[in-house]
Amino acid sequence: MAANLSKKSLRSPLAEARGLGSAKHGTEHWWHQRVTAIALVPLTIWFVFGVIRHLGADHAAFVAWMKSPFSAVMMALTAAVTFHHAQSGLQVVIEDYVHNELAKVLSILAVKFVCYALAAACVFSVLKISFGA
Amino acid sequence: MANGSGRPLSPHLQVYKFEWTMALSITHRITGVGLAVGTLLLTWWLVAAAAGPESFARAQKFIGSGLGLLLMFGWTWALFYHLASGIRHLVWDAGYSFELKEAELGGKIVAGASLGLTILAWIIGLAVW
Repeated sequence: MAANLSKKSLRSPLAEARGLGSAKHGTEHWWHQRVTAIALVPLTIWFVFGVIRHLGADHAAFVAWMKSPFSAVMMALTAAVTFHHAQSGLQVVIEDYVHNELAKVLSILAVKFVCYALAAACVFSVLKISFGA
Repeated sequence: MANGSGRPLSPHLQVYKFEWTMALSITHRITGVGLAVGTLLLTWWLVAAAAGPESFARAQKFIGSGLGLLLMFGWTWALFYHLASGIRHLVWDAGYSFELKEAELGGKIVAGASLGLTILAWIIGLAVW
């Protein structure tokens, strides 16, 4: 306590011990954003090549692509990690610019629900094509 | 400044002289939001493919239309910009490249790489298409 007073810390000793900061979540959100960002580097490069190779492709060619287990897993991972990264990034943008508490919470919830619904639709579509006849 | 707690707040943006690296910073955020909107097209593409040949042909036709190509071009650049700028952020997170000269060089690399990779991807894309 004395040490705390002498360096005029603005944080209480308990807050310092917990190390969770003003948002009460510590570095978890920040860390998840970095983990998904690192994962998206190879996934994005694979995705760009994949899309270029299937520009104007007909349905049969696209289905053949998604029938390959490697491509299906990569596409499902790309969609899942992209949406995880998107909702976590959009949350930060909303937290920075929306200051009305109710509007902030509601818009973050809406973004998360939409992102996870779209992610589920993408992954389901890939699996349907991959396992389909 | 009043923020209820009596704790000091940092001054707002207007007090700083504008630097082009500031534009790069906000562009990272804008491209991120733009790419999030672009996931709607990705979802349409995959869901249409799962639904069958007719709906997939409709999605492919939209992507190949003038508006579709314009959107795809914008998203290509946004994707490469956000990718390059994101790697620049990861370098900072690892504790490197904070010196002014290095930071400005990083900014130039990001801007150049995003434009170069976009043009390269479209040259390859149009050649394949």
